[in-house]
Amino acid sequence: MNAVIVGCGRVGALLAETLDAAGHDVLVVDTQTLAFERLPATFSGRAIRGDGTDEDVLRRAGAEHADLFLAFTEGDNRNIIAAQLATEVLGASRVVAKVNDPVRATAYADLGIATLCRTNLMADAINAYLGLAQQYPSGVQVPTGHHPGGEHHEAPGAVGRGVAVPAEET
Amino acid sequence: MFVLVVGGGKVGYYLTKELVAAGHEIVLMEKDAARAAQIADEIGSIVLPHDGCEGRYLAAAGCNRADVVAAVTGDDEDNLVICQMAKHHFDVPRSIARVNNPKNEDLFRHLGVDEIISPTRMILGSIEQDIPVHELLHLAALGESDLEIIEAQLQPASPAVGRSPRDLAIPATCSLFAVVRDGEAEPLAADTVLRAGDKVIAIGRAECESRLRDELLGGPADGEEPSGELQTSALGTRTAPASGNEPGRWSEGAGSRGPRRGASTDGRPDDAAR
Repeated sequence: MNAVIVGCGRVGALLAETLDAAGHDVLVVDTQTLAFERLPATFSGRAIRGDGTDEDVLRRAGAEHADLFLAFTEGDNRNIIAAQLATEVLGASRVVAKVNDPVRATAYADLGIATLCRTNLMADAINAYLGLAQQYPSGVQVPTGHHPGGEHHEAPGAVGRGVAVPAEET
Repeated sequence: MFVLVVGGGKVGYYLTKELVAAGHEIVLMEKDAARAAQIADEIGSIVLPHDGCEGRYLAAAGCNRADVVAAVTGDDEDNLVICQMAKHHFDVPRSIARVNNPKNEDLFRHLGVDEIISPTRMILGSIEQDIPVHELLHLAALGESDLEIIEAQLQPASPAVGRSPRDLAIPATCSLFAVVRDGEAEPLAADTVLRAGDKVIAIGRAECESRLRDELLGGPADGEEPSGELQTSALGTRTAPASGNEPGRWSEGAGSRGPRRGASTDGRPDDAAR
């Protein structure tokens, strides 16, 4: 599997390590070289310094047609724009964006982007710990709709409109 | 009309002021509390000190009944998300985004933003209009005895169009050696007839540059030319005569009228005596 991870924070680095160790082809993009120190010495994938919300940077890094594209920077909006680039322009097949605002997380799932909301996950983790009922969408919120933009406009430079396939629960 | 403006920077601030003055109902969202308080202090309590990207604050601002949402923060990704949330989550009929990176324009349009305003593109377009098209381009300095490789792109009105190198008065220290036509480079023969759009590649000493330009592209109207200096002539000469003329004419006008009028009102004898 071809995996692109934008944002080499704790979660990004951990996933890069895991996927790399599992034998996948991993590309990590971060704006700071320092972030790559989170990657283990054994990491055999590629780490590229650059803005993961910039189409040219992603193309140059070879992020087109990724089987998996994870937008895991610290900024919800950066993740959203990166995920939409991946889906609409770069032809990625599975895209997940970390969106910590619950409202935006649901809104973008409705727009065809799978989202992961730390706020919901943590709140429910505490609920579970306390023996209370789960209240929030759990795991990755699978895309329930399509991006309406695609109906009216040609994707800029699109090779084909990648549709985010629901991520499997693991 | 109810307009929700997100981003209280310079653009958002002046936009809000103008819209308020025009009698519209406005809410401005600015996430920096200090900046929000500063604006509220001046224009009243229509400023919400919250992040307009966050869903619950958009709802609190009444986004669902807005006629227009204008996302004018300094961050493209924020503006995109604000517009998408407004459009798809709150059913706002019209979304306007400020886009700073011109490369994002197509993506934003594709993603459903109704109106895209790109200050960068506008300024770029304006500068490009001002860039003289008939100037020589310095491709490389050879470092030996001031030799330069220079490119001149011929315009339809260039004097060299329809002529061949043998008909041109090319300075002796300079040689035209190639032409790029339709993306293909060809050696330039003495009888090659030059066309508009051709890029003529020349090699020569710095001091022959102005002669070369006059011959290939046409000189500036006033022909006044600081000789030699490649650097100054490359960008300076074409603007110099224009800006030199303009103030000249004005100061001449002021000079001829001003004192005379002054003389009559002052009642000084200068003119009256004549």
